[in-house]
Amino acid sequence: MSDLRELYQEVILDHNKQPRNFHGVDPHDHEADGYNPLCGDKIHLELRLDDGGRIEDIGFNGDGCAISTASASIMTEVVKGKTVDEARSMFDRFHYLVTDESAQPDPSLGKLGVLAGVRDYPMRVKCATLAWHTLQAALENKGEISTE
Amino acid sequence: MSVTRESEALSGHGLDVARIRADFPVLHKPVNGKRLAFLDSGASAQKPQCVIDAERECYESYYANIHRGVYQLSQRSTQAYEGVRPIVQRFIHAADEREIVFVRGATEAINLVAQSFVRPKLNPGDEILITEMEHHANIVPWQMIAEETGAKVVVAPIFDNGELDMAAFRERLTARTRFVSVVHVSNTLGTINPVEEIITLAHERDIPVLVDGAQSAPHMPVDVQAMGADFYCFSAHKTYGPSGVGVLWGKLEHLEAMPPYQGGGDMIRTVSFEKTTYAAPPQRFEAGTPNIAGTIALGTALEYIESVGREAISAHEHGLLEYGMEALAEIDGMRFIGTAEHKAGVISFVLEGAHPHDMGTILDMEGIAVRAGHHCTQPLMTRYGVPATVRASFGMYNDRDDVDQLVGGLRRVKEFFG
Ligand SMILES: Cc1ncc(COP(=O)(O)O)c(C=O)c1O
Repeated sequence: MSDLRELYQEVILDHNKQPRNFHGVDPHDHEADGYNPLCGDKIHLELRLDDGGRIEDIGFNGDGCAISTASASIMTEVVKGKTVDEARSMFDRFHYLVTDESAQPDPSLGKLGVLAGVRDYPMRVKCATLAWHTLQAALENKGEISTE
Repeated sequence: MSVTRESEALSGHGLDVARIRADFPVLHKPVNGKRLAFLDSGASAQKPQCVIDAERECYESYYANIHRGVYQLSQRSTQAYEGVRPIVQRFIHAADEREIVFVRGATEAINLVAQSFVRPKLNPGDEILITEMEHHANIVPWQMIAEETGAKVVVAPIFDNGELDMAAFRERLTARTRFVSVVHVSNTLGTINPVEEIITLAHERDIPVLVDGAQSAPHMPVDVQAMGADFYCFSAHKTYGPSGVGVLWGKLEHLEAMPPYQGGGDMIRTVSFEKTTYAAPPQRFEAGTPNIAGTIALGTALEYIESVGREAISAHEHGLLEYGMEALAEIDGMRFIGTAEHKAGVISFVLEGAHPHDMGTILDMEGIAVRAGHHCTQPLMTRYGVPATVRASFGMYNDRDDVDQLVGGLRRVKEFFG
């Protein structure tokens, strides 16, 4: 098992303490609620697409552990300005990064790389991916997802 | 140091923790290179060697299906299996061993009573009274039958300290109340409920009572007759026995009047396609092949508990509770969830700035096993306005080193979430 510092990097602790884009988006055209029944993490996500199909604004609120809060916060930062397809493809690569033991660092993921340590803690992977599943649900107008 | 501690344990509670610990193999296996501090017996207890041996011995030397074969192995298995009934009878002071029904666990016991005893009595508008501190296992089965019959589940509230509001409970016992189901010891708060008083109040109105003993059977003496309950249940895996086995105790007069819960082999007297007659209790409620070796090992587990002494276990765990509450209270930002005056060895808490799940992970790295979550008591989490808590729960094998390790682990949590 790796060092806890690998998991709880400063960037994560910082995003947990001061989550970015921690607010609603008014007006918004997509929203969803994500719930992780195992630990009780809850997130509400709102976003607005511009005419070109890019994520113009995105915000979240909710209540979760440091990993899920930081992951949501960083996610909103990195997907802002991206097209829906770009965001989806980021999720694919991010998912691979936090679940596959053999995953190499992926520079294209930028800041998301700090969450790579999660893969050593299988019980916590869902915390890291909750925001992303919620984003996917919002984009598909599913409204609500639960990670079980 | 260890000598004084041992003698202190011996003179204080008549319980030799070092010797008990030696009986539990898993406690001596390091986790992440650290000494294991297992503080999650509330979820499930570890198993002593004798229990592990009992199950293995059954498979190695005399296993066969029970109640069927005329050959010797089957007779031996049947004898060993049936031999557990009088052990359970003694363990909970039941009047008759026919009152002991083997089930899969507390959950199945409650479902059995809900379906076979309560459901047939329900009419629209009738009420089932439970408390705000129930485990989901003592909420959902009642909601299910309420929904089917038009009855209602009524909830008696608790005070902020986690004690049941008895005045409010009394008010909710009405002419419409058909059944009361309460937890003896709350798995989340540790509260020991005044079940005798609850039963007396209910019986004044002829309302039968089930006591969920999942968290009392392993930790204190239990006398179902003195308590006066109509039903009592517990799970073997929390009493240092195997998982998938449990006990429903019910007054014989009730069991005799109840229809079967499941149909199948072993629960019948005669079967024809025209008419089937049912066996008497307890067989009526034990359809199909049960967990034979597991039930036999349950007997061993209960005998083990008795050999340690239930008063001694209760006193020992209470000592740890006091020591632990005092030590944890020193930590900045500590908030206890559940501070009832009568409390079993359960400490639930939240820490300002640190989510229970992050605490759980950090503590795990320090070799400390605690539960972080809602403990199958989501209404309680809502009641206290927390998404989850960390829960340390004690078993007979815990000692002050475990508590000290937890305190050290929480200091480590503070390094990240100070
Ligand atoms: C108070 C209480 N009731 C019922 C149960 C359910 O027990 P089981 O899952 O063994 O059926 C538990 C287990 O956590 C419990 O603590």
